[in-house]
Amino acid sequence: MEITDKHREYWRKNLSMTGVLLAIWFIATFVVSWYARELNAFTIAGFPFAFYMAAQGALIIYVIVIWFYAHRMNQLDKEYGVHEGED
Amino acid sequence: MTTQTQAQFFSSLKKYYTFYTGGFILFVIALAILEQMGLPNRWIGYIFLFATIALYAGIGIMSKTADVAEYYVAGRRVPAFFNGMATGADWMSAASFIGMAGTLYAAGYDGLAFVMGWTGGYCLVALFLAPYLRKFGQFTIPDFLGARYGGNLPRTIGVIAAVVCSFTYVIAQIYGVGLITSRFTGMEFAYGVFAGLAGILVCSFLGGMRAVTWTQVAQYIILIIAYMIPVVWLSVQQTGNPIPQIAYGQQLQKVGDLEKKLNADPKELEVRGIFKEKQNAAEAQIKELDTDAAAFYAAAQAKAEAKLAELKAAPTPDAKAIEGAEKALKEFPADAVALKTKLKKDADGAKARAAPVKAHAEPFAGKDEAESNKKRKNFLALVLCLMVGTAALPHILMRYYTTPNVRDARQSVFWSLFFIFLLYFTAPALAVLVKFDVYSHLVGSSFADLPKWVSAWAAVDKSLMSITDINKDGIVQLAEIVIGTDLVVLATPEIAGLPYVISGLVAAGGLAAALSTADGLLLTIANALSHDVYYKMIDPHAPTTRRLAVSKGLLLVVAIVAAYVTSLKPGDILFLVGAAFSLAASAFFPALVAGIFWKRANQLGAVLGMVAGLGVCAYYMYITYPFFGVLAPKWWDIEPIAAGIFGIPLGFAGVIIGSLISPAPSKEVQDLVDHVRYPNLEGDIQTQAA
Repeated sequence: MEITDKHREYWRKNLSMTGVLLAIWFIATFVVSWYARELNAFTIAGFPFAFYMAAQGALIIYVIVIWFYAHRMNQLDKEYGVHEGED
Repeated sequence: MTTQTQAQFFSSLKKYYTFYTGGFILFVIALAILEQMGLPNRWIGYIFLFATIALYAGIGIMSKTADVAEYYVAGRRVPAFFNGMATGADWMSAASFIGMAGTLYAAGYDGLAFVMGWTGGYCLVALFLAPYLRKFGQFTIPDFLGARYGGNLPRTIGVIAAVVCSFTYVIAQIYGVGLITSRFTGMEFAYGVFAGLAGILVCSFLGGMRAVTWTQVAQYIILIIAYMIPVVWLSVQQTGNPIPQIAYGQQLQKVGDLEKKLNADPKELEVRGIFKEKQNAAEAQIKELDTDAAAFYAAAQAKAEAKLAELKAAPTPDAKAIEGAEKALKEFPADAVALKTKLKKDADGAKARAAPVKAHAEPFAGKDEAESNKKRKNFLALVLCLMVGTAALPHILMRYYTTPNVRDARQSVFWSLFFIFLLYFTAPALAVLVKFDVYSHLVGSSFADLPKWVSAWAAVDKSLMSITDINKDGIVQLAEIVIGTDLVVLATPEIAGLPYVISGLVAAGGLAAALSTADGLLLTIANALSHDVYYKMIDPHAPTTRRLAVSKGLLLVVAIVAAYVTSLKPGDILFLVGAAFSLAASAFFPALVAGIFWKRANQLGAVLGMVAGLGVCAYYMYITYPFFGVLAPKWWDIEPIAAGIFGIPLGFAGVIIGSLISPAPSKEVQDLVDHVRYPNLEGDIQTQAA
């Protein structure tokens, strides 16, 4: 089993994508909740902003984060020739 | 089946479950027609519960298997989409289905910690665990710990942690099963527990993971239909918009206006004043008790006895009052300490009801900045514990072993969260819609003419719905109503004015949620004991038939023990669930993630990390949770349910320190790490168990 530079690049790309998506997850969850009292002054679609984020917005972001990761990684697997089974 | 390709398998599954869903809807319609023709409500309850349990048992029997890979991981050919549904049902427990909307009703914004925590954790599952565990491809989570860190010690600690957190969690599920069956059929709670248990066992006993998977898909379909129908109906009724998740924005504003009106209403103030007096009286008694406990206790007991004697001696004895006084005397606290606890509870209860209405959308409401900050801190800590716990509960992670490959495992996390999301973003809508109904219709109505659902539920269970005319004006004030958290979902069909068949459907949905989670948990416990302890440690040469026999035997034993413990009705169910998350988060997450992302992590690190994380988390719960009676001061005001906030970082610290003070792992282990990181490598090693 040989790990080539190409493999290492694949792993680095995976790590940086993981990092970015984790940052989005963190902001949507913890930063928004930390400032919830202040953010509630804004309204979005008739909801106070922080309430909307915790009840719907953050959840939608989570779903998109996971969809994006699955989609992008499955692409990356093929680009770097580490995908499984038949093409 | 073996000659079938994955694509054919997927399309036939789609066909089966489409037929199934259609059949289920026809079944509900048929029952609705029978109800109109005069079928009594109790029969509808029976038919729903027994028909669905029989259905799950049928799927279980059809999926029976004697193959090890089928039994442990459903043959690893569950398509991403269906694994997502199964995970959704596995994940959404009785607490999510029945309790969550009620928690949101009561706590408003602060309750959203559960909504975010129980969904956001899937980001961690997707990014850190699912694809890698799938590549590793064995049967249990301790399997991974054993292979990655070597030796039996990490595996053993993994087994202990898996059993502890799954067991606390499964108790809560079986309790939910008992509650629903007993309420909707009138059976005794203990019989309800065992009836539900029989349903769980027929599913998992014959077919293991394979049967559990296909039953969970069926259960997901029932639970999501059951959750949506009443909410959509309520939304149409109140706003004319059939999409409650959009419609409730305007209702939230109306609720906000009603809150302001209620806080200024003189009649509400009057009722709250009465509770304030009760609170003061109880607090004064506590003060008296503190000065001379023995004397106060004796006096209070004498007073209760005197009251009973006086009632009995009255010229026209009031039977009901006498009964009440006798009950009070019988339940009179055994000693001064218990009396103080009771008085404290009375005082706190009265204090809560004397407080003004809290704005639903307001985060971290507190009397001052410091209290509000404390709430914010606990909110964030709880969210983190629930999320990390989600990404560490073995019964969830195990599900990602069942997909055909890494690609499907990634997609499967997406489908899992998507199906979970459908229910979780509906729950806050339901809470607001019910709140609007209560604030605008129930409050201000006359006690002589209460809505039917109110009197019906108040008659069933005082802890779910209790309503008393405190200030004797004949009109309902908000402060006179107590609504239990479980009521909101269970009573929604009646609040919306739907026929009883929908109530039966909701009960069946709650049962599906509780059963599916209990299935997954029991299987996790039994597999950890049979596969990790028996096969991997005691008898690695055991033949397949004996391995499965041991597995099934243990499943039966664990199920019976769990049902027995549940029938004793142990304390606070919500706490049990919360505790499971913090424990799992502290024990597993650091060692699992480091095992994949840090090659240098080794056995000593894993052992230290798991022991330290689990240890500090359990210790903190022990010293702060009232049940254990230690009541030590809290660390930085963190509530015991969020004990993982200490366990998780300490777990990581343990992994890092332990690894750095001992030699790097062997070449084989480092190869294993590379192996799980890349879905496919040339000349790859093989770890997948058949």
